[in-house]
Amino acid sequence: MSEIAKTSSSAASRPLLKTLTPWIGFLILLLALPNIFSSNSGLYTMNLMGIFIIFALSYNMLLGQGGMLSFGHAVYFGLGGFMSVHFMNYIEDGAFVFPMYLIPIFGGLIGLVFGIIIGSFSTRRAGTVFAMISLGVGELMASSSLIFVAFFGGEEGVSGDRTTGPELAGINFGQDIHIYYLIAAWVFVTVTLMYLFSRTPAGRMANAVRDNAERAEFVGYSQRKVRFVSFCASGFFAGIAGGLFALNFEIVTEENLNALTSGTVLLMAYIGGVGFFIGPIVGAVLFTLLQSILSNYTDIWQLYVGILFVLTVMYVPQGLTGIIVMHSAAWRMKRLGSLILPYIRIGIPALAMLAGIAAFLETIHHVRTAFEGDTLMSLMGIEFDSHGVVSWIVILALVFVGGFLTRMQLRQLRDAWETANKPPAQTEGSGS
Amino acid sequence: MTSAIELQDLRKSFGPTEIIRGVNLTIEEGERHAIIGPNGAGKSTLFHLISGRYNVSGGSVKLHGENISNLPPFEIYRKGLSRSFQVTNIFPNMSVFENVRCGLMWVKDYKYSFWHLVDRQRELNERTAEVIEEIGLTSRQHIPAGVLTYAEQRALEIGIAAAGGADVIMLDEPTAGMSHSETDQAIALIRKITVGKTLVMVEHDMGVVFDLADRISVLVYGEIIASDTPENIRNSKAVQEAYLGAEAEE
Amino acid sequence: MFELIFFSLLNGIVTGLLLFMLASGLTLIFSMMGVLNFAHASFYMLGAYVAYTISMYLGFWVGLIVAPILVGLMGAVVERYGLRYVHRWGHVAELIFTFGLAFLIEEVVQFIWGKDTKAYHEPEILQFPLFTFFGQNFPAYKAFMLLVSIGIFIMLLLILTRSRVGLIIQAAIHKPNMTAMLGHNVPLVFMGVFGVGCALAGLAGVIAGPALGTFPGMAVVLGSIVFVIVVVGGLGSLTGAFVASLLIGLLQTFAIALDYSVNDLLQLFNISFDADSAFRDLWTLSLPQIAPILPYLLLVLILIFRPTGLFGNRET
Repeated sequence: MSEIAKTSSSAASRPLLKTLTPWIGFLILLLALPNIFSSNSGLYTMNLMGIFIIFALSYNMLLGQGGMLSFGHAVYFGLGGFMSVHFMNYIEDGAFVFPMYLIPIFGGLIGLVFGIIIGSFSTRRAGTVFAMISLGVGELMASSSLIFVAFFGGEEGVSGDRTTGPELAGINFGQDIHIYYLIAAWVFVTVTLMYLFSRTPAGRMANAVRDNAERAEFVGYSQRKVRFVSFCASGFFAGIAGGLFALNFEIVTEENLNALTSGTVLLMAYIGGVGFFIGPIVGAVLFTLLQSILSNYTDIWQLYVGILFVLTVMYVPQGLTGIIVMHSAAWRMKRLGSLILPYIRIGIPALAMLAGIAAFLETIHHVRTAFEGDTLMSLMGIEFDSHGVVSWIVILALVFVGGFLTRMQLRQLRDAWETANKPPAQTEGSGS
Repeated sequence: MTSAIELQDLRKSFGPTEIIRGVNLTIEEGERHAIIGPNGAGKSTLFHLISGRYNVSGGSVKLHGENISNLPPFEIYRKGLSRSFQVTNIFPNMSVFENVRCGLMWVKDYKYSFWHLVDRQRELNERTAEVIEEIGLTSRQHIPAGVLTYAEQRALEIGIAAAGGADVIMLDEPTAGMSHSETDQAIALIRKITVGKTLVMVEHDMGVVFDLADRISVLVYGEIIASDTPENIRNSKAVQEAYLGAEAEE
Repeated sequence: MFELIFFSLLNGIVTGLLLFMLASGLTLIFSMMGVLNFAHASFYMLGAYVAYTISMYLGFWVGLIVAPILVGLMGAVVERYGLRYVHRWGHVAELIFTFGLAFLIEEVVQFIWGKDTKAYHEPEILQFPLFTFFGQNFPAYKAFMLLVSIGIFIMLLLILTRSRVGLIIQAAIHKPNMTAMLGHNVPLVFMGVFGVGCALAGLAGVIAGPALGTFPGMAVVLGSIVFVIVVVGGLGSLTGAFVASLLIGLLQTFAIALDYSVNDLLQLFNISFDADSAFRDLWTLSLPQIAPILPYLLLVLILIFRPTGLFGNRET
């Protein structure tokens, strides 16, 4: 018996250093990033990324961890933002003295309060009813925000100034790099807290209720209370994200709590992979990159995001993280290398096909929106005539030849995948 | 001294059909009690009524003398009654270890805590490992429960039910769909985990029933037609006609 | 006052019946397939846009007939190649799929037709005031909308209660597996119902486009309202959807027409308030102002106090 105890406790509480390694890596990454991407637009993107990471993780406390599909999560994000920007203004007016860098706490608290109020009736059921209530509350808040101008500032929103208030070691957060480190600190703390939450009894039971709500009731837990605790925690962290948004942009508008923002956070979490703790982080990073990079090159970036989202829901429900995790078996067996060549072989024609599709959409878009007579367009530095027959032949050839070759290569990829993942012959039992 | 479970004129209707038609039954502390009966007699319904999954339409359920009719399942569990399900009912995406640990958290008084880290709770994890050892799944403990074999899932099902140390344990067809050797293992397991406890089980396998039970009740069309020792049930003419005869024809 | 009530009533019924055209399809789809189709209003939008394009070349009346059919076909394709595929990942994935689809359709519409409002107008024969009452005109096109809606309503009622297909649909609503055992091709019925539901939404779009405007946001404007209706009426109940459609239609028109504010109420009791307080918005609230939030308020209240909806019998 003592032996069992030993193996289990060693499995449960691994050596501290090993547990801490990913966190130390995360911290170093956060500190190092601005040295790699030091441009203004780089900082801007990374700040947004940090905010969305917290927001998407808080969303996944509902969807991924607790099995609650919410269409109104922006409510807590937006309210956190409004509350924070109001407190920024109080501090500026000298109503009271408070360090600006702790402002997101107010955002978190208002998120928590609304989480308690709305969670008290919406967590009774999961599934469609929960989704509908979240949608209703979301629309209610978004519509109300245009009516209660004193708090929500109407169409133009509420703005503030983050540089007032007591300074931290002579820093007043006037510069982007300062706000980056502030956001990074908040990201590190909240991501850690959210991870730790998932390892508490409340967090574990949230998983249990997601898997099988009925059975959870037969081991002593009220499914409603389990969901309620997760819901409140989720509201709290979404509020903090909103508070950081207010600090970063110094303005909060109705847009921050409407259905579009609610949809965005669902999209981020889902594309990243709701089944994994880091999934929403991956999703938030990817979405922000798409948004900031793609929107520089094309007007129809949202169309691409929409296509990506629908394809993800259809074919990769485990998300991008799921695809990465799928490779872990081959990685452990040190066979990942054998997949590189097959991936290249399918990757080249697939890329050609994607480039063709994108060129197709872009050219149509150019034909439709450019001024009369302006037929010259450029894609990736290549200039061509958007009405020219040759351009169209090239585009269509890319799509169809690329598509055909991709199909041809599917088989060899499947074979390679199976070989790479075949369990070693003799160690069937000991492997598990 | 009060009985473990006492049913008084218990009734359940679905729409116009009455499935449980006035059941009176007393199960003493420490007894191993089996409920048998033909298909559709209402055995599972009776289980659901006692454990709080269904609301009762009439009569009452008492646990240790306290009326628990119409309490939600989690309240009944907290009063010391735990159960398993006929159709395997586990947490499929969580590991075996986590499944069992979920069955322990409430009784170890963690409630809805968000300030304890489960991995650092030594006693909780040790007890979980013990239970897993008892149900023979130690080598499989880190696998998601959903990919276990059927017999392993049944064992896990019993493990979750028994983990919390409830003093009344109800098992709904614990050996359904098992092979002979698996059934023997399951009987040994049930014997082991119910030492000093009250066991109520629904079971179709007469071998299991006569092997395990101290007393047997026969439920036919929502009514208990006999409740006696295995010996007397085996020899009862009424029971043979109503049930065992029908079973033999199958 | 009387004329106000008269016109609000009439407008409310027109809006309500239009909403019912959307809500009926959504309800049918939900009760058969268990999927709340988030993209339902997107098909309404597609109806308007497709009809607009057709009307430019072939006129309004061709669009009225052809556009709903095209939209219905698109719906059938979405069911066959999208929804049925996603079904394997479970209910939540289906809901997210239709949600993503709504997002995608809006982007596609902007891609094809652009972001501006389209000049999609009612046909010239219907551009006259049908009657004038207390100096207020009632446009003939609204009467036309009313007629089409009532016609569809009666047709739906007849099909569901009198025809063989209707019986199969009703059976499939209650016991999907049972119908399959009786030898009916349930997947085909599903595809058909999804297609017809989308076609109805498309038809609603065709006739609403000229009246309410044809722009990329038109799905969002109506989408959430239709959800409110099916939930308030009771998920899966056609009667409920009908009553709730009229209720919401009337609620919205009357709230806009009756210009009363909290201020008026307070003045009745001779209470005055401080015009500079932070709560000033609360005191000056008027009915037209809160009209947009009333449906959602109703939705949340219904979900809290009567989760089955007005006429529904199932909770999820």
